[in-house]
Amino acid sequence: MNLIVAIFLPILAALFVPLLFKKVKQLHTGWFVLLIPLSLFFFYASFIQRVANGDIFSSTFHWVQSLQLSFISYIDGLSLLFSLLITGIGSLVVLYSIFYLDKSKEQLHNFYVYLLLFMSAMLGVVQSDNVITLYLFWELTSISSFLLIAYWFNRDASRFGALKSMMITVFGGLLMLGGFVLLSMMGDTYSIRELIAQAPQLAQHDYFTWALVLILFGAFTKSAQGPFYIWLPDAMEAPTPVSAYLHSATMVKAGIYLVARFTPIFAVSELWIWLVTGTGLFTLAWCSFFALKQTDLKGILAFSTVSQLGLIMALLGAGAMSYHVDGAVETVFKYAAFAAIFHLINHATFKGSLFMIVGIIDHETGTRDIQKLGGLMSLMPISFTVAMIGSLSMAGVPLFNGFLSKEMFLTAMLSIKEFGLFSFDTFGVLFPILAWVASVFTFAYSLYFVTHTFFGKYKPEQLPKKAHEAPIAMLVSPIVLAVLVVTIFFIPNVVATYFIKPAVLAIQPFLYSDVSQIDIHISAWHGFNKELWMTLGIFAVGTLLIVTLKKWQHVYDRVPAGFNKMYDAVMQFSDVGMNRLARLYMTGSNQTYLLYMLASFVVLVLGTLFTQGGFVFDASNVAPIRVYDIVLVAVLVCGTIIALVTKSRLTSIIGLGVVGYSVAMFFVLFNAPDLALTQLVIETISVALFLLCFYHLPKNSRTEKRMRFKLSRFAVSFGVGATVTIVAIAAQSQKMMTSISEYYKETVYSLAGGGNIVNVILVDYRGFDTLFEIAVLAIAGLGIFAMIKLRLGEGKEKKQIENK
Amino acid sequence: MKTNDVLLQFTAKLVFFMIFLFSVHIFMAGHYTPGGGFVGGLLAASAIVLLILAFDLKTVQAGFRINYRIMVAIGLVLALGTAAYPMLDGKPFFTHYFDYFDLPFFGETSLHTAMLFDAGVYLVVVGVTMTIIQSIGEDE
Repeated sequence: MNLIVAIFLPILAALFVPLLFKKVKQLHTGWFVLLIPLSLFFFYASFIQRVANGDIFSSTFHWVQSLQLSFISYIDGLSLLFSLLITGIGSLVVLYSIFYLDKSKEQLHNFYVYLLLFMSAMLGVVQSDNVITLYLFWELTSISSFLLIAYWFNRDASRFGALKSMMITVFGGLLMLGGFVLLSMMGDTYSIRELIAQAPQLAQHDYFTWALVLILFGAFTKSAQGPFYIWLPDAMEAPTPVSAYLHSATMVKAGIYLVARFTPIFAVSELWIWLVTGTGLFTLAWCSFFALKQTDLKGILAFSTVSQLGLIMALLGAGAMSYHVDGAVETVFKYAAFAAIFHLINHATFKGSLFMIVGIIDHETGTRDIQKLGGLMSLMPISFTVAMIGSLSMAGVPLFNGFLSKEMFLTAMLSIKEFGLFSFDTFGVLFPILAWVASVFTFAYSLYFVTHTFFGKYKPEQLPKKAHEAPIAMLVSPIVLAVLVVTIFFIPNVVATYFIKPAVLAIQPFLYSDVSQIDIHISAWHGFNKELWMTLGIFAVGTLLIVTLKKWQHVYDRVPAGFNKMYDAVMQFSDVGMNRLARLYMTGSNQTYLLYMLASFVVLVLGTLFTQGGFVFDASNVAPIRVYDIVLVAVLVCGTIIALVTKSRLTSIIGLGVVGYSVAMFFVLFNAPDLALTQLVIETISVALFLLCFYHLPKNSRTEKRMRFKLSRFAVSFGVGATVTIVAIAAQSQKMMTSISEYYKETVYSLAGGGNIVNVILVDYRGFDTLFEIAVLAIAGLGIFAMIKLRLGEGKEKKQIENK
Repeated sequence: MKTNDVLLQFTAKLVFFMIFLFSVHIFMAGHYTPGGGFVGGLLAASAIVLLILAFDLKTVQAGFRINYRIMVAIGLVLALGTAAYPMLDGKPFFTHYFDYFDLPFFGETSLHTAMLFDAGVYLVVVGVTMTIIQSIGEDE
């Protein structure tokens, strides 16, 4: 239970944030908020030792028990690692934000409420065992991220970025929900653990591929993979602490988490391996290439984040291959999942610190434009050191943790071509090449980032502010992260024992039964092998690229950045295009709508009648036709035709009267005196009312004009008439039961005490209907009364005119 | 210019009673012969309309000081009350009671609660028809 409380602790604390902001003016609200992630961090840290031993913790809170919906917090290696990242980096970001955001100028209560909301949501995503609550928290991260991106809501770019990220992540989230529902239908449970336990049966199911693709949509949109990366660069309009926290260290890793978590279920599928590895590598290469084009510091980091996420994703895909092979090759693919988790930790540390440094530069110089910056090394020595550590780690230079994970990445990619299945032996050779090229660009943009900001000439005239070093308190968080970057390089195996191995056990539960079986040792020096030569090549070519950057940068002008255009086109289409489409058929004219309705009536009824074989013609029940009937029908048809084709409205009304009276005559002929009486009186009254309407027509519309002939109207009218006739004939020809009227005939006197069956039915057998029919009449009468007597609109109009 | 329609007005007065009595007859006889509350109500309303045609709206309104909207309400209450009363008696909604009585002037007659319900229908129909015609007639 206390694990569930821990998830919801930030949301509960968020309730008090506005109060503290309003009441405690002298102290920055962030200090109170800082307590929450910090205490949660220590709480989760207390699990490290036990989880490293292979223990698993879980607690349950039943939400809707009858639907099997419950909040199940499940702490294993993977979720503990993520929880520590969320709370640890969360604490540092809150600390940083205290100095980044001004307490008197900013809407701090909004900021910290959104941030705490996000923290709860993220903890919920990584700890949930129930797919439905996982989805709940997933959407909560989308919503809180939306709110945080649009934190400065009076800027256009913020609102655009927020909307874009919302559209894309919610699109993916909804598809993912579909995948979850399919998955829970397949396994008849919502629990991820139980689903994993029955993974082999699930793979045989018809829905398997659907669930796989849909869940991957969720993961790829959230983690900005493939064509869905476009929201992340636009989300950089958020305050820098938000970018550092959400868009580098935590939320964008939710998709990584999802892929890692569902690997045991889907890894058996070829499609999964191809999609995850392929999309990851594509994103890695594509975005590392585009990072060099950016001039905004946060833009560089955004593209860099996306490409690094692609790297992790590709490693996870390669890790899934270990389900298919065994023997000597297997160890290599086990290696991939290990490397993925390792790089995830490394990326969170160096990218967080880099974002914070960018925030400091922005704060102290007033700009993030790399073309205006330069020569800040001597002015901001501490920031420079931290940025250098972060960038070199990102570039994969020794002495920093990025080097270790990059080496492992190259190893994993090199071994892909050994993987014999699923035609990887032919295409597999592309993977290391792509990975190498991407690494070259990664190296180049990492150096580009540092050199163009801190080296070169100081250009004070272009800077809005005079540059100087940030206050030391603001530097604490990036320094802590930079220290971690270096420390991890020297003690990688400690990190591996406590964090990576338990997480790998969660990703590949079928390969190991215990943490101790994972026998991977990270070493900084692994001899003169292929990877080392590749790394040296990366350094050489990367340096060359960065030196000659100016000469080849015009290449970018020729490469189309199609995905943003595609997004804009889709949005344009759904806004303007759909509007136009709607205007095309929503004409506003009742005649058009009537045509739609009647035409669909004809199509539906006739279609059903003939596809279901409902049309039968049987003349055996037909009564003999008398002369009166023929004469009356002739009169009736004449009346109808007159009403339709006449030029004058008066004739039309009289034609209708003829129809009405001949119907009354039919009632006489068919022995329905009550109906005949009522029909006569009602027809008289309605003809009188028609004449009244006619008399009050405006002068200019009283011109005598024949109704114009339109083929579409004629066709639809003819269709409706034919349909009704056919249905009537079919219904008459196949009466399935005898009428219940015998009962009425027998009991009308004995039970109801009457002689006129019609009236007795109306007031006794079926008096209920009559009761409401007279209610209808009363409403109609009062409605007419109200329409005529209440002239509220007219009065207002007059007043308006008077005011003029 | 208003013509003095002595002939029309005299005939209307006479015919009004004939139509009105016929409407009452049709209403009363509805349970055994064609007719009933609905047609009866329409005929009664048409009798009043005849008077309106012969005289004018104001004169007729001064003659019958009836608020037809209240008449509608009374009719509805009467119908609903007749239908609802059996529930107090522990019987289903819309149970009718009837029996045969030997009345002094009419001889053996059946009395039926359906008649009360039909009276409600009658009042509603007269009320609604007259409301419509009056409001349209008063409209300028």
